[in-house]
Amino acid sequence: MAIIETEKLTYTYPGAEKTSIENISIKIEEGEFVLLTGPSGCGKTTLCRCFNGLIPHFYEGKLEGKIQVVGLDVVKHPIHELAKHVGLVFQNPENQLFALSVEKDVAFGLENLGIPRKEIRQRVDWALKTTDIYHLRERPPYELSGGQQQRVAIASVLAMQPEVMVLDEPTSFLDPLGAKRIFEDIHKLNKELGITIILVEHRLDLTAKYANRIIIMDNGKVILNGKPREILDSEKARLIGIGIPKVTRLYQFLNGKGMRLNYVPLSSEEMAKKLKEVFKQ
Amino acid sequence: MSMFEGLKFRKVSSPIHDLDPRVKFFYVIAMFAVAVMYMELLPLIVLFLIQVPLVTMAKVTKQWIKSMRGAAFFASIIFFTNFIFSYLYRGQQALPSILEYSMAMTLRFIVLVESFSIFFLTTSPDHLGLALEKSHVPYEFCFAFTTAVRFVPVLAEEAQTIMDAQKARGLELEKGNILKRVRNYIPILIPLIVNAIRRSLELAEAMESRAWGATKNRTNLYELKLRRGDYILALLTVVMLVLAVYARWHIPIPRIMEIFPWKASR
Amino acid sequence: MIEVKNVHFTYPSGVEALQGVSLKIRNGEFVAIMGQNGAGKTTLVKHFNGLLKPSKGNVLVDGMDTRDVSVATLARKVGFVFQNPDHQLFSETVEEEIAFALRNFGFKENVIKRRVTWALNLLGLTQYRKTSPFMLSGGERKRVALASVLAWNPKILILDEPTIGQDYGQKEKLRQFILQMKAQKKTVVIVTHDVEFVAECNPRVVLMSNGKIVADGEARKILTSPEILEKAAIIPPEISRVFLELSEFGFPTNVIDVYEAGEIILDFWEAKNREHV
Repeated sequence: MAIIETEKLTYTYPGAEKTSIENISIKIEEGEFVLLTGPSGCGKTTLCRCFNGLIPHFYEGKLEGKIQVVGLDVVKHPIHELAKHVGLVFQNPENQLFALSVEKDVAFGLENLGIPRKEIRQRVDWALKTTDIYHLRERPPYELSGGQQQRVAIASVLAMQPEVMVLDEPTSFLDPLGAKRIFEDIHKLNKELGITIILVEHRLDLTAKYANRIIIMDNGKVILNGKPREILDSEKARLIGIGIPKVTRLYQFLNGKGMRLNYVPLSSEEMAKKLKEVFKQ
Repeated sequence: MSMFEGLKFRKVSSPIHDLDPRVKFFYVIAMFAVAVMYMELLPLIVLFLIQVPLVTMAKVTKQWIKSMRGAAFFASIIFFTNFIFSYLYRGQQALPSILEYSMAMTLRFIVLVESFSIFFLTTSPDHLGLALEKSHVPYEFCFAFTTAVRFVPVLAEEAQTIMDAQKARGLELEKGNILKRVRNYIPILIPLIVNAIRRSLELAEAMESRAWGATKNRTNLYELKLRRGDYILALLTVVMLVLAVYARWHIPIPRIMEIFPWKASR
Repeated sequence: MIEVKNVHFTYPSGVEALQGVSLKIRNGEFVAIMGQNGAGKTTLVKHFNGLLKPSKGNVLVDGMDTRDVSVATLARKVGFVFQNPDHQLFSETVEEEIAFALRNFGFKENVIKRRVTWALNLLGLTQYRKTSPFMLSGGERKRVALASVLAWNPKILILDEPTIGQDYGQKEKLRQFILQMKAQKKTVVIVTHDVEFVAECNPRVVLMSNGKIVADGEARKILTSPEILEKAAIIPPEISRVFLELSEFGFPTNVIDVYEAGEIILDFWEAKNREHV
């Protein structure tokens, strides 16, 4: 059974005239790394909020269709129960950290769940070490850089040991090096711990290479859903107006002029490797 | 404002900093009670002096002096108010006793500032938050407290950014009469408030996403254990209380002028 | 012209954000100030409209020393668009918001009316004239903030991190907008760490690291030189990364454009094919 499954999911915010998402039917399998993208306002953030129950429990409004996460019907289970299985990391690192020290923040979710102290300590230390911020554990969040704060947010969610982690544009406020670091950490969580990842991002050049699935939304609907190399090479993707990686566009250009490379590169490393192979023939 | 400097936590390693905030608070309340029990100058001087070693032990002498300086303003108001009214009521002959009485009232205030200052200088906000939690204050309040403290520097910085953004659009905060100056703060207050509301919405989302409200029996990463130093302070405080009550009822307190007769001869 | 003369700046907290920066920006230039978060970029541009005054050294804007004049006076010439529009929006209507600065600067009411209409048109906001800015989407609010700065037609325009959180389409529009400003002979300064965006625009790049300028020149030269970029902890643009790995084949390393790269590769490929034949 899929770890996340939606059927004709449609949602309208309270007081809104239009739906924010419409007829979304997707299946996400355990262990996948899904890249969710689309132009601003396409409904990606709204969809993310459905995954952990913020919609409909926090936002109310009108939710139609079905959504099941880790086998649980989102509508029938409160957010605090869904939070044990689906962690959500938001865009602004500052507004996710409430405590006066890093480790107290990472412990927050576990304290809320009433987990015994010894276990909290173990899980917090593990989460801090996995995200490589153990040395920052006693520092107050205000003293940390944006990248470090975001790693604290990830550690706080990780400590709850969810099966799924949803990250909504987590690197918006970070510089490219900081962003790259976060993406590598997320990739590690997916590969080494088997956590299902749903990453909402615009920067496809930095993230497409990690994903085994890409979902492109526009105007509240899912337009494309499939393997990154196929989707990003398609005409439809180009028309939607998302940031297709430049190397993919280069591939398309060369293809069009008769120089065929046998697979679609998603990163500069892949493109360089392919070109080297071709030239050395 | 410098009085408030004396109330801001100062991170230093000292035995006083390590004490349980609940015990320290007990000490502050006890000080308050004893100070209120006495109207005579002598015991208040004693109260003032016995706290000084605590200040030195806590290594916060400089900040504490700042708080004393800040308190001086209010202290002088208290002194003069008491002095003037007592004088008008009791007349010239009672001058020495009026003087002593006014000084005592002033010192009472200073003793209070002194003990509160010691408390806040040596207790970090998260330590305080933890103590509140362990004292069975409802978690919502503890959380509101620590979150507020956590966001103070953030909001201060945001206020500065907003001021910069509006100044860059030609807003001149220093110009104009008092009415205009007050109105000039609207372009600063509104974004500040709107952003604070937005921020709390995002915080609420994050809290919910981390299982807020999952159980009424919240656990805690930290423990607050009472240690030897805490028992010592608690004991000393109790002893002080007992002595103070005993002295109040059974020992007549001499007035300063009785100890120093030359004052009376004036 | 903006002249920065050996400026040092230390924040009250003790952080030395600028450690001896010297720079000249001529009228009509398009400059991208780049570097990691914390390199001192925003601190530097805040000196251009007097929000910050140097601890040492001085800054001259069209000959005026910024320490001698008020921020309001400098703001007439230097329009600063902050990163987060929510730090400025406060009015009841978009119209009022755009008129705010014009009123501060003492423009006459009829001029204000004209300018507001012009700014609304320029940024496609005419239908929102009477709308509350708080009702608009994030992208629309950004446009209102931009309109409110353009309204008084400053000679110099500073955009602080304009690409953050923007999708591909919005960045394209931004790029077009900057070209428009350039056509109007404005001096445009953007502060950014978005290497791909700068690669598309190809301005003059001033690269900063740890409060100092480590490089100053053409985008194409600076963004494709690994040694320079390493000093500032910046990743080179995608296309140039490809060519850096292909240097063994004798490819030029200063390519940042997709089509140019494509042509070079094709030429090489065709030449190789001819060899085999």
